[in-house]
Order: sequence, then structure tokens, then C-alpha cells
Amino acid sequence: MSKSQEWPSWEVFTQNKNGEAHEHAGNVHAPDAEIALMNARDVYGRRQEAVNIWVVPSTAITASTPEDVGSFFDPANDKMYRWPNYFKTPDGIKQI
Amino acid sequence: MTQQEALFNYSLRLGDNALVLAQRLCEWCGHGPVLEEDIAMSNMGLDLIGQSRGFYSYAALVEGKDRTEDDLAFLRNEREFFNRCMVEQPNYDFAATMMRSFLYGCLSYLQFRALTKSTDNTIAGLAEKSLKEVTYHVRHSSDWVIRLGDGTDESHQKAQTALDELWHFTNELFEMDESDEVLIKAGIACDLAALRNEWNAMIDEVLLKATLIKPSESGYQSKGGMKGMHTEHLGHLLSEMQFLPRAYPDAKW
Amino acid sequence: MENQLTAEEITKREMEFDAKIAKGIVVEPKDWMPDRYRKQLLRMMSQHAHSEVVGMLPEGNWLTRAPSLMRKAVLLAKIQDEAGHGLYIYSAAETLGTDRAEMIDQLLSGHAKYSSIFNYPTLNWADMGAIGWLVDGAAIVNQTVLAKCSYGPYSRAMVRICKEENFHNKQGYQIMAYLMKGTKEQQEMAQDAMNRFWWPSLMMFGPHDTNSPNSGDLMKWKVKLQTNDDLRQRFIDRTVPQAEAIGLKIPDPDLKWNPQTRHYDFGEINWEEFNNVIKGNGPCNRLRMKQRRDAHENGAWVRSAALAYAEKHGK
Ligand SMILES: [Fe+2]
Ligand SMILES: [Fe+2]
Repeated sequence: MSKSQEWPSWEVFTQNKNGEAHEHAGNVHAPDAEIALMNARDVYGRRQEAVNIWVVPSTAITASTPEDVGSFFDPANDKMYRWPNYFKTPDGIKQI
Repeated sequence: MTQQEALFNYSLRLGDNALVLAQRLCEWCGHGPVLEEDIAMSNMGLDLIGQSRGFYSYAALVEGKDRTEDDLAFLRNEREFFNRCMVEQPNYDFAATMMRSFLYGCLSYLQFRALTKSTDNTIAGLAEKSLKEVTYHVRHSSDWVIRLGDGTDESHQKAQTALDELWHFTNELFEMDESDEVLIKAGIACDLAALRNEWNAMIDEVLLKATLIKPSESGYQSKGGMKGMHTEHLGHLLSEMQFLPRAYPDAKW
Repeated sequence: MENQLTAEEITKREMEFDAKIAKGIVVEPKDWMPDRYRKQLLRMMSQHAHSEVVGMLPEGNWLTRAPSLMRKAVLLAKIQDEAGHGLYIYSAAETLGTDRAEMIDQLLSGHAKYSSIFNYPTLNWADMGAIGWLVDGAAIVNQTVLAKCSYGPYSRAMVRICKEENFHNKQGYQIMAYLMKGTKEQQEMAQDAMNRFWWPSLMMFGPHDTNSPNSGDLMKWKVKLQTNDDLRQRFIDRTVPQAEAIGLKIPDPDLKWNPQTRHYDFGEINWEEFNNVIKGNGPCNRLRMKQRRDAHENGAWVRSAALAYAEKHGK
């Protein structure tokens, strides 16, 4: 059988609780978005794990590569002032 | 007929429809056309087993003879089962299975939607839960009827054959008897005849998208499932399903 | 990428990789990894996924004959979970660059293996109990360890799966417990299932450590974290008391508690049978493959219909 006969892959993201961010759950294979959505619901939501689901064609995902690690993420590590606990507050002051 | 008898019959019938269809869907488990679809059919099967348990338990309660959901499911013969003949039809292929789920699912959807307004609180509650499940079954099966109908020549052919074959069991979906009449008067049951136009509209919309042709109304139409008159298929389904409780009458499982 | 690297560079990368693993850093799909690591993982993961899917068949054999509505629902949910497990693991394995269709082709053409336990027939209802309790019990012992393995997607799939497995194990044990409390015929059913499934369950952990050719590398790379024999022992230690609690006999005359080692001693596994089943000569090897092939072939027109529709409608 030729491989072109197989269904493409979709990445599934589930929102587990209202208000939370969507999280990657895995993938499903489906011929189109509607079926992908139904499949994702049946595969990744069997135990009420999800209140909302996204499906995205797997080919549409571009990921940073491990080689990018240095240039992508290290430049953030000398900017500790982005973290609130970088700033010492004078004693006796609360609520900030 | 007393209202109690009517209510027992009515709940039992809803239980039978759900269980027999669930049993058919169980036959697919492990043999689906693709893993995702296997999971989907199991999901629908699980919903239906749940529905049958709900309606059987209520029937048993209404009857008041200490029978359990399992007594009702496993210890009645085919002439004492009151499901519509459509749901006992064999799976044949994926097209026939989806078409059956679609045709029956649309009726189920309309019926449960009406029953959410039942004056009987238990029926209304069971209907509300079932309605959510069946809404999904209709969505799933219509999506597939459309894809198979408007897919390849081969799938179109198979979907049309499935529709033609199952059409012989559609008239019966709307049959009613004295139990219905008694309960309709009391506001407990719904009038199936009143749902037929909407059912037709639901079917037409999907068949159009599926490029399938609705069969004519003439030709054989089954009747009498609700009176225990079935096709030859039900006996085999039950003998398989009921084997253990029948072979070991004293056993608890 | 790899073929552009010189042998020297590869050695250097391999050393870095080993050091990374030793530090407990998790490997992700796009990270560089030794060819053998990728191959071994793919072999293990696809075998694991195939086992979940083929494993649906022996239990599916009793689904339409489950003796109560509750048991039918539980069994259907359980088998459905196994389909889900297969899917999670295929999904994780695809991150290694081989897609599911290819893995399934390898299974159906007989080139890929699956757990030999599923080549035994299910002959009475108690087998549903024995499978959930013993087979899923053995799987849990394996999978709890795999959840800590070095490959991110596999370990995450295992975490998800482990959450679902306890239900499988408990429902199986409950089936057995009910049967043992039941009629004489039911008790015989349960013991019969125990007799047939005990030894094959022990075989699920694979050959003796001394006969396990791939173990060295797999342990070094933390794809495997404990040896076959250690896992087998752990399974026996936790299962024997469960059997005794409901009055089931373990079909092993040599089985006894050893107060020195604080483990159970047990008899020798029939390795000839094990090797035979793996080679394809178990009671159900041919049936299982036929069932899977039929499902796949009978589903081909459905899969292409859906693709044709998607193409027509630009989905
Ligand atoms: Fe599993
Ligand atoms: Fe399991």
C-alpha cells in the first residue's frame, strides 16, 4: 500500500480546566480538521481531562532546534531584573 | 393499561434499543478501520451501555418485582425484547454501521430532546444525560456518512447500499402503541409521529451533502420490533450476549 | 545530519550524549542522539505500541459475552484505553522520524514483534480477570519504571498510561475476587485462568538477564532502568500475596517465601515455550496477525474515502 493513502498527523493541545493554558497532549491521525477534533476528543478526553481542544496539522509546527539553545535562550539569563525578587524591598513594607 | 405498566414498557424499550446497538458496536472493538475510529466506536458503545443501564434500572424500579438491570438484559428471550429492528441489524461494513448510527441517532436525538421536558423526573433526567451523548453520536455519524458518500466511488457505492438496506427499517422507528398513548396523555412520553418531519429534514440535509439518494417509501418496511417481532439477527445476538448468566444461573459476577 | 559528521565527531558527540544521560538530562526529539539509541528506542516503542493494540484482541473476544452490564462497560472502557495507549506510544515513537503507517506495515508483515502474552487464547470469562490482574499488573511494573526513562516523549506517554493502568489492574483483580467468592464452577474458572496465565505473565519480563543481549546499552542510556529479572521478582513479590488473599493457588510447586532474601523463590520458566511463542509458534500468533491484517485491509477503503473527501473540499 502506498504511504500517501495514510491520514496526516495532527498535534493535539488540551485545556484541562477553564482558565488554564492549553497543553500539548500528543497526536492523532485524521483526514481533516473536523475528524481530527473528534478523534482528539475521544483519545485525549476520555476521563474528562479536557474542556477545550486545539488540533494543528503537525507539519504546521516549527520548533526551535537544540543548536539554537545558546542564541535563543541564554541572552535572557543576565536579565535577572525581569524577576520581581531581584528587587529588595525595605523592611516593614508589605503589599508590593 | 395502567400508567405504571406503560412506564415499565417504555423504559424497557429505551433500554433495549440502547443495549442492542451497544452490543453491535462492541463487535467492532479491536477491528476498526483505524485506531482512532476504534476508540470512537467504543465511546459510543459505552454511552449506550450507560443509557441501557439507566433505563433498565428505572424499568425495574417501576415494575417493583425486585428484578435488576442484569435480569432484564440477560434473562429475557428474543420475543421479550422490544427494540426497533434497525438496531439489531448486523454491522456488515463501516458504511452500514455509520449509516445505522446516523439514522437511529437522529431519532434518538429528537426523542431525548423532547423527553427532557417529560413530567416524569427520572425520564427527564435520563433524557438530558442521553441527549448530550446522542448529539455527539449524530455529529460523528453524519460526518462519516458525508465523507463516505462524497469520498471515492467505492465508498459512495457502499454508503448508498447501506442506506438502501437500512431504509427498510425506518418506518418502524416511528411506531407507537398503547404504552405511548397512555404516557403521552400524562406528559411523560413524546409523540414520535410529530418528530418525523424534523427527522426527515435532518436526514435530507446530510444526504444532500453526502450526494446520496434517499430511497423511495415503497418496498418492504419492517414492523413490530416493539411487539417482540424481530429479524433473525436478534436471536443470535442475544444468545451470545446472555450465554454466561444463562449457563450459570446461580452465579454472581 | 549524521553522515556529515566524521567518525571522530561522532565519538565526541556520543561521549557528550552519555554524559548528558548520566546527569539525568532528558533527551528530546530534535536533540542529537546516537544512531543505536534511536534504533533501540524505536524498536522498543513500536513493540510496545503494537502490544497495546494486539492486546485488545484477546479481551475483545469476551466483550460481547461479558456476564453483566457493569462488567461489559468496564471491559469496553479498559480495552478502549489500550487502543489509546497504542496511540500515545505510536505518537511518541513518530517523534523519532518513523510514521505510524510504517510501523504498522512492519507489524503486519511480521517484521515487528509484540508481547508474546497476547498469543495465548482467552478461553473463559475468568481470563478477563487474569489479564487485568496479571498481565496489566506486569505491565504496570514495567511501565512505572519506563516513566523515568531518558527519552522525553516515551516517558511522558508512560506517565499518562500509568495513570490509567491501575484501573485495569483493579477491575481484573475484582473479577477474580468475585469468582473466588462464587460457586464452585466459578472458582474453578478462576483457578483455570490462573494456571494458564501465570507463567506467560512471568515471561512478559523477557529472558534472563544473562540472555538479554540488548540490556547493556539500554541500561547505560536509561532506556531501561532495571533488569528483566529484577522486574520479574518485583512482580512476583507483589502478586503472590494478592493471590493468597482470595484463595488462588500459584501453579508453581517451587514457589516459596525466602526469609533471607526477603523475596519469593520460584521455579524455572519454560524458556523453550517462550522462545517458541516469540518465533511465531504460539497458539494464537497466526490468528492475532490475521485479525489485525483483516482490520487494516477492510479499513483501507474508509481511509482513502476520507482522504478523497478532504482533497475535494480543500480541508
Ligand atoms: Fe496499556
Ligand atoms: Fe492496561
